[in-house]
Formats: sequence, C-alpha cells, structure tokens
Amino acid sequence: MKDTIRFELNNKPQEVTIDKERTLLWVLRNDLDLTGTKYGCGMGLCGACSVLVDNKPVRSCQVTADFVDGKKVVTVEGLGTKDKLHPVQQAFVDHDALQCGYCTPGMIITATGLLYKNPSPTREEIIDAMDENFCRCGAYTRIIDAIQAASKKMKGGI
Amino acid sequence: MKKNNNNFIDLLDSTIPKGMGRRAFLKRFSGGVVIAVSLMDFQALEAAVLQEYPADLNAYLSIDKDGRVTSYTGKIEMGQGVITSLAQMIAEELDVKFSDVEMIMGDTDLCPYDRGTWGSLTTRMFGPALRSAGAEARAILLEMASEKMNVPVSELSVNEGIVFEVKNKQNKLSYAELAQGARIVKSLKNKPVLKDPKDFKIIGKSHLKVDSPDKVTGGAKYAGDIRVPGMVFAKILRPPSHAAKRIKVDVSAVQGVKEIDLIQDGDLIAVLHEDPEVAEKYLNNIKAEYDVPTSGLNENTIFDHLMNVAPEGTLISEGGNLTEGKKGAEEYLEAKFLDGYVAHSPMEPHTAMAMMENGKMKVWASTQNPFGLKSIIANELKLQEENVQVLQVFVGGGFGGKSSNGQAVEAAKLAKISGKPVMVAWTRREEFFYDTFRPAAVIKINSGCKKDGKLTLWDYGVYFAGQRGAQHFYDIPNHKTVAYNSGWTAEAGAHPFATGAWRAPSNNTNSFARESQINIMAAKIGMDPVEFRFKNLKDERMIRTLKAAVDKFGWTSIKSPSGKGWGIACGVDAGAYVALMAKINVDKSNGKVVVERVVVAQDMGLVINPQGATIQAEGCVTMGLGYALSEDIQFAGGEIHNRNFDSYEIPRFSWTPKIEVELLDLPYEPAQGGGEPAIIVMGALIANAIYDAIGVRLYQMPMTPDRILKGLKNKN
Repeated sequence: MKDTIRFELNNKPQEVTIDKERTLLWVLRNDLDLTGTKYGCGMGLCGACSVLVDNKPVRSCQVTADFVDGKKVVTVEGLGTKDKLHPVQQAFVDHDALQCGYCTPGMIITATGLLYKNPSPTREEIIDAMDENFCRCGAYTRIIDAIQAASKKMKGGI
Repeated sequence: MKKNNNNFIDLLDSTIPKGMGRRAFLKRFSGGVVIAVSLMDFQALEAAVLQEYPADLNAYLSIDKDGRVTSYTGKIEMGQGVITSLAQMIAEELDVKFSDVEMIMGDTDLCPYDRGTWGSLTTRMFGPALRSAGAEARAILLEMASEKMNVPVSELSVNEGIVFEVKNKQNKLSYAELAQGARIVKSLKNKPVLKDPKDFKIIGKSHLKVDSPDKVTGGAKYAGDIRVPGMVFAKILRPPSHAAKRIKVDVSAVQGVKEIDLIQDGDLIAVLHEDPEVAEKYLNNIKAEYDVPTSGLNENTIFDHLMNVAPEGTLISEGGNLTEGKKGAEEYLEAKFLDGYVAHSPMEPHTAMAMMENGKMKVWASTQNPFGLKSIIANELKLQEENVQVLQVFVGGGFGGKSSNGQAVEAAKLAKISGKPVMVAWTRREEFFYDTFRPAAVIKINSGCKKDGKLTLWDYGVYFAGQRGAQHFYDIPNHKTVAYNSGWTAEAGAHPFATGAWRAPSNNTNSFARESQINIMAAKIGMDPVEFRFKNLKDERMIRTLKAAVDKFGWTSIKSPSGKGWGIACGVDAGAYVALMAKINVDKSNGKVVVERVVVAQDMGLVINPQGATIQAEGCVTMGLGYALSEDIQFAGGEIHNRNFDSYEIPRFSWTPKIEVELLDLPYEPAQGGGEPAIIVMGALIANAIYDAIGVRLYQMPMTPDRILKGLKNKN
C-alpha cells in the first residue's frame, strides 16, 4: 500500500509516495539520497541514524516514514553547508571532535537537539544527553568540548 | 622449539605483491610534471623494499598546471588522520602550501601498491618514502628552474611552490609555470636530502583534520553512501552458528517473485531488491534447516581448551639461566592471566558496493587493504587483476577488523551473477557474527626478585594472543619468552570462529599480563611500582618516557594498595614507547569502576601532526576502557550470543576520564607509530589501579563488576 507523506525536510516541503510502514532511515538514505544519516545498529542503540523531528533527536532506524507526516525533519545535510557551517558543525571542525566521522552526523544532530532544549547545558547535562550515542574511535572528550563551545557561541538561540 | 624468523615489523600476511599497472599510471598524467628519479634515502629505501612500494617515485605525486599537488597513497583513511598528516609531509618536503595538496587514497588504479593500512605503519614506513618523493621532486623542479632562469641551483630557494633567486626575489618561477611543458622525465645528479627538522614549517605543527568539513555536513562518502542507477541491496542467508551445516533449504516461497532477484550460487543464497527492507522480508521467507553440532566451548571453558590444543612454542628471546634465576629469587610468583574474545565493532559495519562496467569490476568497500581485496576478487571471480578496481571511500573505523573483506567478495560475486550494481551492507548482527575477534588467550608468568626490587627471573609463555609485545623490556638476568601459537589467527580447532588482528594485536593481552605481574612483584616487597620499574629498567627510551609520565601525573611514592586508586603501566608498540598513569574509583557496593584521569606519556620520535597524534592517544585510552572493563564475546561453540550493543557494551561518554597526553619532543628521531601504542596497556593500567584502590588483584579481562565483587568477597 502506497501513501503520500508530506513533511518539511531540511527547510523545504517534501512529498513522498511510498509504503508508509517503511523505516525512515532507508527512505532518507535510499529514496531521498540523504546519505549523511548513517546505519549503525538498527536497534536504536547507537545514535548514528539520529535526525531532528520538530527539533527533537529521533532515531530514524526506529520509526516508520509516516511518523514524520506533517512534521519538520532536519538531517545533517540540512544544518549547514561546507561554506556555511552550522555553529555545532563548526565547533566539531574546530575541536577535531571526530575521527572516522561515521558517528558524527548522529552526534551533531543529537547535540543540536540538546541545545534547542537546553541552550546552556552543563558538562554533566551534555554527557547525559549524549550518552546513548556511541563513538568507537574515542572522540568523546572533544565532542563534549565542541558542544560547550557551540553553546557559548549560540547564546541568543539557534 | 621453533626459531623465530620474524623481522622487527609486525605485518599481516599478504601474498599479493604487485605495483600499480603501468598503463593506469601513465593515464593519470595527462599533463604537468612527471618526476622520474631513482635515488631514495636509506630509510625510504628500507620502507620501499619491506613494504613493496614502487621504486619509481612518479607513483607518489603529480603537479598540475595550476600548481595543485596531488599525492597518491595506497593507505586508506579510517579515522587515524593520515589524510592530514601525509599531506603535511608532502607539502613540507615539496615546499608548497599545505592547502595546495590533495590526497588520493586507496584507489587501486591510481595509487601505488600498498599491503594495507595496519600496524601503525603509515607514518613510519610509508612516510619516509613519501617524504623522499617530495624532496626529490623539489630538487628536480629546482634544477629545471635553474636551467630556465639561468641561475645556479645554489642561488635558488623555494617558498610555497614559487622558485626564486635568493639575491633577486623578483626573479621567480612557480611550480605551475615549470609544469607547463607537460611530461618531463629527468634524473637527479645528486641525492636529495630530507629537510632538517629545524627548518620545518608544516611538519611538527598541529593541523586540523582536512576531512572534517565533509564529515560534519554528511558529504563524506563511505562505501554505503555510493549511489549508482539501478543498484540493488543484497540480503544473504546466514547460518545460526559458525559450526552449522545447512542440510535443507526451501526457497519456494520466494521463487518466481517478480520484484526480487533470487541468487543461488553454491552456498550463497541471496535476495536482491532496491529496498533493503523488502529484500530482508523475502529472505525471511526462505526456510533453511541446519545441523548444529553441540559444543562445550564457551567464554568460560575456552581457556582450558586452548591450553589443551596449544602447539609447540616459538622462542622469542632468552638469556641467562632460569634455574639460577629462581634460586636467586627472594620473592617468587607464578601467575596465569586470561583474556576473552573482543570484537572490533567499528561504527560502520562492513559494507561494499560492486558493479561490472565494460568488463571491469568496480568496488567501493570499507576495507583496510584495497590492493589485497582487488587480488581476492580477481581470484574468486576469475577476472584479470587489471579488470578489478577498488575505489576510494572513507572507512568508518577499522581497528584491524576491516582487513578481512568478506562483504566485498559477496558484493562482487552477486554483481557479476546478477549483472546489477549490488550493495552488501552487513547489519550489526552480521558484523558481530563475521567479525575476526581478538583471540582469547592465556599467559603464564613465573617471576622472581630480590627484596631490594631487582628482578632475577622472568619465565613467560603466551598462548594464542600472538607474540607482538610478548618480549619484555626490563633488565632481567635470567629470562625466557615463548609464544605458543605466535599469531592472532590459529590452526583449525583452536577457536570456534575467526580471529584476527585487533588494534595493536597481541600487545594488549601481553601488556596486561606483563605489567600486572610487575606490579604484583612490587607489592610483594612493598615497593612503589614506579620505583620498582626504574630499578629494573636500563632502556633509556623507557626511562625518559616513564619520567615524563611521573611529572605529568604528579606521581609520588605509594605502597600499593594505597587506597588512592592509582595505576601505572608501560609498553612498547609500533616503535613507540608509552607510560600511562591513572586515577580510578571503585564502588565496593556494586563493583563499578570509574576512571577519573589518565595520563599518557608517549615517545613516538618525530611527530608529524601533534594534535592528530594526541587524538589517537585519546582514542586509544577511550577504546581501551572497553576491553579492560566490559567487552567480552559470549558464545556457545560457533554461536555468538552478543549480536548488538545491548549485550556488547562499548565505552560511552559517561565513562570517559580526563585524558592528558604528553608527546616527547624528539624531532630528530625517526617517526614511529601512533595509532596503537597507547591502547596496549589499558588492561594493566586499570588492573593495577583496581588493586591500588581496593586490594583486589584481577587476572582476567574484562574486569567486570561481577569479577570485582567476587574478588572482594574472596579477599574478605
């Protein structure tokens, strides 16, 4: 059964006609060519597939496409571009807060979601919000520093 | 006993020595300068011979008409940061702007042959070859400029790709202008010299990772991000156990389904569809029956089994007389250390995209050895090697695990059979099943010392971990080191599934045992474990590294267990020396360890990118917490029980200590490895800190809360 789902994707209206039971992650990656959002575990455990839905981080491997009907979706591609990085992206670059980079989109999305909710998080609040996002290379300390720096820079809202 | 024939470098087996095809190589140069020389400095030559790098240095770089430099390497970028540090090396020696260099990595048609990205060999072995290429290219360009400008080379200099006359700086020619005449072949009269470290402008300075802008915007392409018209995803029928034999398969439920391709090729049964979830759905309708033999092997029984099947030992080193050593000992200790199976679990599971195009198989794969993969595919698919190309992608973490390439062979086979571009992206479940785990291992040590702390005896046997890091670096008059099964793979019948190289292979297990034993001996005579080490060290590099750690940490003499939770451990890996110190807390009520602070002192010789090297050490500490504290593959025979992160716990934000890294300033010493050394002692570091905190000595990794609680119970 195909259905039409309408939502806002990276600040533009988007319409897809698909089986609405399909997993959002694969619709983004395979139908909409937004490959920045990664598959990591398929069980919502690692956070690599995180996207913002109405400014909240959501694990796109755990929701079906119809979950975003009528909502606002932002993937890592929608935050900023190489020429004009989002402050969180810029902070990750400035702090070398990544190694292989595979978990990075999910980290950046989750961090951005945190800053929407709590623009000035403490170190402990950052750790708490990020603790279910995994990085195997071990960039955690630099990611925390990057989020703190982005938070300072973004005083006054995103 | 067998003799140890290994040379000093740790290499994975590779049987595929071949250079880049001459034709592909020439095709690369449609214009610009081609540098042709045959002189290399000694270190570069050694690297070239040992690693089978091409002698023709054209393979390493080209300069285009705009003066942009493209540098080629068979190495891949998987997070270790060499896309940045290699560009620093070539920019430095060639004297061009760092931002004018672009790295092409791991493309088997464009890049010089390379065995693989492992063993922390990129900087120490490929680095000298690449720097030589840069230095020679600079020298040739200077000679060319000298002829054109009619000024002797001795009166010329270069800055950021511009050759100028020292006395008259307006008289100048850029590399871009020199490159105008397309292909030039020239030999140097004199051997070029690498730059003196005091003249470095780019090497030794911290540079931010050049790949970050692509990685933070989602633009960086990993194998799974390759999109080709008409591509399909493959889902493959998998057995429940490595020991399972398929006795019956019924594909009738999916036969004739129009929207999929059903592929049956011997043991390989796959469903192809443009949507991986549809492919999965149909695959689940295939019914298969397996014969799964029962096995008594599990994470507890494996150690006795390994001791039973251990092969003849290989002598690694010996000196003095063990009997004398035992006689002279005032304190004596026999101990046995155990280490379970550990997964690589990179965040990117094994993934590959393969397609046949005009008779040529093109493969994008998460692999640490593109050239090895090319040969395997040519072999398996009966293609000429020149008809297989592995192309450049970023790799989402490897740690040794992506030197096995099963997914890419599957993708290539299915692409050839189906005639379609095929993506094979292992699920996390598949990743945990087909991983080549770090082998379970046993280490036995008998050691003795005098009451004044001088070690008299060291009798060391390592079973199945491998020999890297087995050899101690202490000054012990009577010692013997033997490896029973000297590699990280083993003969059939030892391990119930595949094992392989895991970041600093062998050395994590060996260092856990050695450095634990050293602390146990120190505690036996009531001596501070740092003082005990200094008493038994003659190796100047280790002494200065340990001193650097003492200063950075602020170590003062302790009598362990002091209750402070201080740990110390030293090691040598990939030519680098490390000394780590830690402060931890143990919650006696639940056995939970919190690591508060880790100090790393590292002697890695010349450091190319100090911040990059620091980040690698930070990554080593963080990743190492996992195998020290929680990571342990649970299994019944060939059936793996932990198949995702809910049952296999890797380090997370809340575990991360404050990490301080001190890199010794040694610009005149050869560059050594940096991606692995600091991880090797994480097990011993934590074990020694646990003992110092609560007086419980653990002989088995991982040091889980259960094992700590058991230790506390036994102690009381």
